[in-house]
Amino acid sequence: MPQNVEKVLDHENLFREPEYKAMFDNKRSQFEFRVPAEELAKQIEYAKTWEYREKNFAREALTVNPAKACQPLGAVFAAVGFEKTLPFVHGSQGCVAYYRSHFSRHFKEPTSCVSSSMTEDAAVFGGLNNMIDGLANTYNLYKPEMIAVSTTCMAEVIGDDLDAFIKTSKQKGSIPAEFDVPFAHTPAFVGSHITGYDNALQGIIKYFWDGKAGQGTALTRIPNESINFIGGFDGFVCGNLPEIRRMLDLMGVEHTILCDPSDVWNTPTDGEFRMYDGGTTKAQVEAAINAKATISFQGYSTEKTMKLIKEHGHDTTSFHHPMGVTGTDAFLMKVSELTGKPIPAELEKERGRLVDAIADSQAHLHGKRFALYGDPDLMLGMTAFLLELGAEPVHVLSTNGDNEWAGKVQALLDASPFGKNCKAYPKADLWHMRSLLFTEKVDFLIGNTYGKYLERDCGTPLIRLGFPIFDRHHYHRFPIWGYQGGLRVLTMLLDEYFEALDANTNGIGTTDYSYDIIR
Amino acid sequence: MSLTVDENKALIEEVLKAYPEKTAKKRAKHLGTFEDGKPDCGVKSNIKSLPGVMTIRGCAYAGSKGVVWGPIKDMIHISHGPVGCGQYSWASRRNYYIGETGIDTFGTMQFTSDFQEKDIVFGGDKKLEKIIDEIEVLFPLNKGITVQSECPIGLIGDDIEAVSKKKAKEYVGKTIVPVRCEGFRGVSQSLGHHIANDAVRDWVFDKVDPNKNAFESTPYDVAIIGDYNIGGDAWSSRILLEEMGLRVIAQWSGDGTIAELENTPKAKLNVLHCYRSMNYISRHMEEKYGIPWVEYNFFGPTMIEKSLREIASHFDDTIKANTEKVIAKYRSMVDAVIAKYKSRLEGKKVMLFVGGLRPRHVIGAYEDLGMEVVGTGYEFGHNDDYQRTTHYVKDGTLIYDDVTGYEFEKFVEKVQPDLVGSGIKEKYVFQKMGVPFRQMHSWDYSGPYHGYDGFAIFARDMDMAINSPVWGLTKAPWKKAA
Repeated sequence: MPQNVEKVLDHENLFREPEYKAMFDNKRSQFEFRVPAEELAKQIEYAKTWEYREKNFAREALTVNPAKACQPLGAVFAAVGFEKTLPFVHGSQGCVAYYRSHFSRHFKEPTSCVSSSMTEDAAVFGGLNNMIDGLANTYNLYKPEMIAVSTTCMAEVIGDDLDAFIKTSKQKGSIPAEFDVPFAHTPAFVGSHITGYDNALQGIIKYFWDGKAGQGTALTRIPNESINFIGGFDGFVCGNLPEIRRMLDLMGVEHTILCDPSDVWNTPTDGEFRMYDGGTTKAQVEAAINAKATISFQGYSTEKTMKLIKEHGHDTTSFHHPMGVTGTDAFLMKVSELTGKPIPAELEKERGRLVDAIADSQAHLHGKRFALYGDPDLMLGMTAFLLELGAEPVHVLSTNGDNEWAGKVQALLDASPFGKNCKAYPKADLWHMRSLLFTEKVDFLIGNTYGKYLERDCGTPLIRLGFPIFDRHHYHRFPIWGYQGGLRVLTMLLDEYFEALDANTNGIGTTDYSYDIIR
Repeated sequence: MSLTVDENKALIEEVLKAYPEKTAKKRAKHLGTFEDGKPDCGVKSNIKSLPGVMTIRGCAYAGSKGVVWGPIKDMIHISHGPVGCGQYSWASRRNYYIGETGIDTFGTMQFTSDFQEKDIVFGGDKKLEKIIDEIEVLFPLNKGITVQSECPIGLIGDDIEAVSKKKAKEYVGKTIVPVRCEGFRGVSQSLGHHIANDAVRDWVFDKVDPNKNAFESTPYDVAIIGDYNIGGDAWSSRILLEEMGLRVIAQWSGDGTIAELENTPKAKLNVLHCYRSMNYISRHMEEKYGIPWVEYNFFGPTMIEKSLREIASHFDDTIKANTEKVIAKYRSMVDAVIAKYKSRLEGKKVMLFVGGLRPRHVIGAYEDLGMEVVGTGYEFGHNDDYQRTTHYVKDGTLIYDDVTGYEFEKFVEKVQPDLVGSGIKEKYVFQKMGVPFRQMHSWDYSGPYHGYDGFAIFARDMDMAINSPVWGLTKAPWKKAA
């Protein structure tokens, strides 16, 4: 009998017991009618070849294992970054169940969000009644101070008009006329989750700055000395935004973070469930129009938002997820330039410590070959950081990055001797990456949790950086931005390198010589 | 503490006060208390969720792709429409299987047509054709394809049936199954299960070549229906059936293959675990092929014993005798599990809110450990589920159908159970409140929980949830003193 009360066998061991192994063999040989072993072995090998790679890259219609999600996910991310704001997604309800699960699996936190639960009748007649009832229920039940509305593809295909629906809802007394309901259309068949973040954030800012969808007066900008900061869609938000705040505070820069979910996705376990916690306040959003400048940390995640802000007269700068020494330098110098505040000695010391750490460890990363995939901004930032470490970003892939993005990556690669023979792959997925990893091998892979299948298939060790990360805990609590974040990422790269080296040299009687105690 | 019927009533009334009047009236029908002797749980079910209340439910696509079809491992399941649905349901349900992923099995992969605006405007049928062609080039060892419709498909008038027929003809003998499980259909996952069952009937059973995958039948052939092999559940169930002397010819659908689906009409008995999601196909097989079906429950030794004997009653004395041997064989292990954990769990109160069969089926396992379920409800149950629930729950059990986030939080606050068993969306809400929690969809990444081997894990998990030292840390000591 396999199971044992003294040491309960979990799934990873239970099913290796002989009884189960025999059962699996029996099932397979008698009932599964699987492909003959020879044919299977042939295809396994064939899928590793250049020929297969060419067929794989010739795909025009099929997407396999993409590294992107859909717009409304990003819209929910943007909405929860505002104080006492409940995201309301107009359309089918299953979508909302998915967004909530997805975020909770990553952050290990609750994610509150409601749906207008549209079904067949709404598909025929439109979802106005769902909006009217939904807003009333949300308002009464969860007592938000703002409801941020976005859409699923169902509502978009049938053409529901959010602006009109929300106004009608107010006329029907569903919610008070003065209650704030910013909105954004977020069709899942356009762009990706970063587009949805952008649309929703733009919708919220536009709502407050441009006269509350015709129900208020547009704000007049009186420029002041403060700056706005926008982080973009970011799986490490709970660590990153506090780090940004700390750096800006050290510089004495008056600032507003527009969209800050770093508290609501980082609440304590102390006996109380906080549906709302922290976030940018409505007053802050309104006051933010007066800032002299706005910085986006992720330009691809904030294209429309930054355009809107620029139109309001702000000095705008969009970075692409700057990381490491040079990236952080550029960010801080920009802040300094915009505000006239010098970069303080404390940050300069932190910079020196990161440089110190890189100097200590660079030999282990120099010339190591990396493949990386993820959102377009993260890819640009990480590529630059790898080049700075003397590592080679051989394959840089993004599902939601386009040709223009690839050009930017290529420019980075071309500017560095370490970028020689490295290439960007726009609009590609992880099945493309599999071919790349088999045909042009690398030492390490950088990506989200789904990269573990590539790690298994191709034997390339995975460093988890990106979104989502479901199978490792608490990464999102630590910053990867700023000099401190650079230290964290550097350590992650080194940890994986040393683990891989130890694992490759731990053969007793075979590789005793390289299994070093000091590295 | 468990509440009395009157206290439950007062609690429900109090909770309903937060709703607008119209909504309160509708929600009132879904909340109640089980009273002994009643034929059901006194609640309405399988009704549209109300907008804006934070329902926990999913959609028809989730019911078809996520539950019924997704685990069939040697077929490729295309999430047909925009990228999100397939992304969020990618490998998240822990349907364990064994195979060469990406070569002859595809369970933990995300195949999507990644609809763009032009596909919505001009239709996606041509793209679907091309996708099937590309699948045949890159994944030639697949044993079939299903097309899992996302919301837009039914709204833009695509004809996925025509594409499927055309391509099945072109790739001679290929099973291609169009599934109309658009997320807006029906009120929950439940309709997706039904649609998926019907698709098996229409596009697998009715089209299969009877000479394909031939094997010799025996009088002891059974099929496991409605076990998705979450954390290996179907395996820790199958092993018991085989030890009884039965031959399990198919698993639906955890670790299942298309050949197993096709051969199921040769079974002598279908044994059905998740009634909710697969009663349809079981009834169909009974009507069309004369295969009887029997529901069983493999959570906890009491129910396992009962179920094993019930299944054995459909067979001869050899099987019956074997069954007693199986029960005897595992008894010492089970007794040891209960001896170890019961004293730590005795009298603990549990509140559940899950899907499928679990709001009733797991109650016996808790009771085997001396625990008491004081509240339960179904995400997408129907009236027949609530009728079946009456055999499991005690008088005074709080019942909540399609519970909202608000209601669940208030109920738990008031009832103060020692453990809540529900899903990922609920887990952290209750843990923040200091209430121990186990995910009862994914087994919180543990499992299996089915069968005798699973019961040991279940008992250990419930103990570690409730008796973790962390729950003593939630209040800062300087606040405790105050």
